[in-house]
Amino acid sequence: MTSTKDATVVLEAVGLTKHFPVRRTLRDLVRRTHHAVHAVDDVHLTLKRGRVVALVGESGSGKSTVARLLAQLYPRTGGDIRLHGESTRVRSGRQFRGYAGRVQMIFQDPFASLNPVHTIRYHLTRALRIHHNDGGDLEAALRELLTRVSLTPPERYLDKFPHELSGGQRQRVAIARALGARPEALLADEPVSMLDVSIRLGVLNLLRDLKERLDLAILYITHDIASARYFADETLVMYAGRMVEGGDSETVTQTPAHPYTRLLIDSAPDPDRLTGDVDPLSNGVSSRVFRRGSAQADRGNGEPPSLIRPPSGCRFHPRCPAAMPRCSTDLPVPLEIGDVPGHWAACWLYEGTAG
Amino acid sequence: MEPVLDIRNLNVDYGLGDKAVHAVRDVSLTLHRGEVLGLAGESGSGKSTLAYGLTRLLAPPGVITGGEVIYHPPDDEPYDVLGLSDRALRQFRWAETAIVFQGAMNSLNPVHKVSTQLTDVLKAHEPRMSDHARKARAREMLKLVGISPDRMDAYPHQLSGGMRQRVMIGMALILRPRVVIMDEPTTALDVVMQRQILGQLIELRERLGFSVIFITHDLSLLVEFSNRIAIMYGGRIVEEAPAATIYRDALHPYSKGLLSSFPALRGARRELAGIPGSPPDLAGMPAGCSFHPRCPRAFEPCAGEIPVLGRPDTPDGAGRSVACWLSHPHPGAR
Repeated sequence: MTSTKDATVVLEAVGLTKHFPVRRTLRDLVRRTHHAVHAVDDVHLTLKRGRVVALVGESGSGKSTVARLLAQLYPRTGGDIRLHGESTRVRSGRQFRGYAGRVQMIFQDPFASLNPVHTIRYHLTRALRIHHNDGGDLEAALRELLTRVSLTPPERYLDKFPHELSGGQRQRVAIARALGARPEALLADEPVSMLDVSIRLGVLNLLRDLKERLDLAILYITHDIASARYFADETLVMYAGRMVEGGDSETVTQTPAHPYTRLLIDSAPDPDRLTGDVDPLSNGVSSRVFRRGSAQADRGNGEPPSLIRPPSGCRFHPRCPAAMPRCSTDLPVPLEIGDVPGHWAACWLYEGTAG
Repeated sequence: MEPVLDIRNLNVDYGLGDKAVHAVRDVSLTLHRGEVLGLAGESGSGKSTLAYGLTRLLAPPGVITGGEVIYHPPDDEPYDVLGLSDRALRQFRWAETAIVFQGAMNSLNPVHKVSTQLTDVLKAHEPRMSDHARKARAREMLKLVGISPDRMDAYPHQLSGGMRQRVMIGMALILRPRVVIMDEPTTALDVVMQRQILGQLIELRERLGFSVIFITHDLSLLVEFSNRIAIMYGGRIVEEAPAATIYRDALHPYSKGLLSSFPALRGARRELAGIPGSPPDLAGMPAGCSFHPRCPRAFEPCAGEIPVLGRPDTPDGAGRSVACWLSHPHPGAR
């Protein structure tokens, strides 16, 4: 795998929090209450040079909000975003441009993120002009960008319009545009979920290749935990606006610790379940309890909770098969699991297990 | 096994004349009683068009240009769905075949209560049923799909996405159809919810004995939930076999490529490549086998002649078919 020793931290979120205000009703005005959607609460994450961090969660878990906060598209409610250790807050357009030159985002839908009335040349030229007013050889820079994302020969694509390209090609253009700013960090918000299944891996492999060649720090947001295992060095699992588990991807997917992560993994389609030749997971007790996702998921209604009034204590406790009385009152803190260094879960089950 | 629906050489075009796009070409498929038949393919492969074609729900410019869809009623002579009069068709729909659409959670009417929408179907199809009996049936259906009957008077926006999807499934089953077509029923849902709903559907199928045509692009999901799988590419079925056979030993290079496009959650972590190139444009389909420009194992007959779907040339070829020159003796080669 990649060099992990002298990986330098590029972007860091410390206790990142975002609450969206909800429209107040007359009753709220009288009672002077303020409701808010607790979209993201107390999120810590670190993006390092040449490493991919995956953020996995269901829709509505706040994973895209984290990406948008990191891209400074939303002002944050609390916490801090540090770029190379320095706290950043974008207040003006000029500051935002400076920030965007270092942290770029790739969006989910390449059909919506490219302007249909402009050519590929226009999209890429803008990225280059805005971030690098050096007036160098523009044509050569454009060619290089397209070659980087394997759209070759570049001349064939430069003067096309987005509708003339397939979904995979469009997403490659979107990646090229992000690279045009020569960023240090890429925030990829579900970059392949809108693409045809047969070309998803091509785009993921391209991102991995770019990461290695350009030493990029990548945040990969996805709902597909299997692709996180495939693509990311480190995986973080989010539930209802909070981080519940983290560690290196192999450990999180093979020996999940948090009950929610286990539910997620057991629910993922698994052809081996039919053929019955899957090896029993190594941590026997838990895997037996959680073996059949469908049987136990009937607890509660299988829905993530309302984020306007999130459950007290652990947000997963109403659905958790292993919930204890304490889970509904005390917010769990990240606890070391103790199997592999750096593997943690915010779950009271693991209190006192690690030395 | 007893067939329920027999699709024979179905052809569907969009548009007429020279500019017509052939979205479904020469598709033959048999759905048996009580089975889940998975239909896999990428967007543009014609899988949804096939479903709309066989239920005659195609909106213009879609036209059925040929073929037959033979329905076998339980105690009557088989008949061709494509030849039904409008009146007979109205009777046939929903009562015999029901369809759950893609993004079904948005196909409920937002200004009507769930109960109204459920009983509306009964009003149209069983006009002599009493109001009370209708309500009772609607209540029963909701219970069947795992929604508490006291949500009868809820409006769609008061239900979550998963619940709306269940209401849609309940609505599809309310007239006890024998065939249920599900067009990407769970793509808009989370994996946890997806598993719950599909588990429930399989359980209901065992209890009520209907057959399911399950359309999705997620092959790994199909392998787990269906009995047989047909894989479509460029408007044709390229391979059809029992689910476990496809998973263990797919013959068509496209099926193989599709299977290795899903990273595995368990087992060794290996480098995957997906399939190079992009899906074909229906308007400019390559000659010969439509997969040949992307195929790693293409050889000389592939570009020239269209392979016919048939029993493969292998000892265990019974019960499966494939359209690939690698598995068939090529007429010119011998």
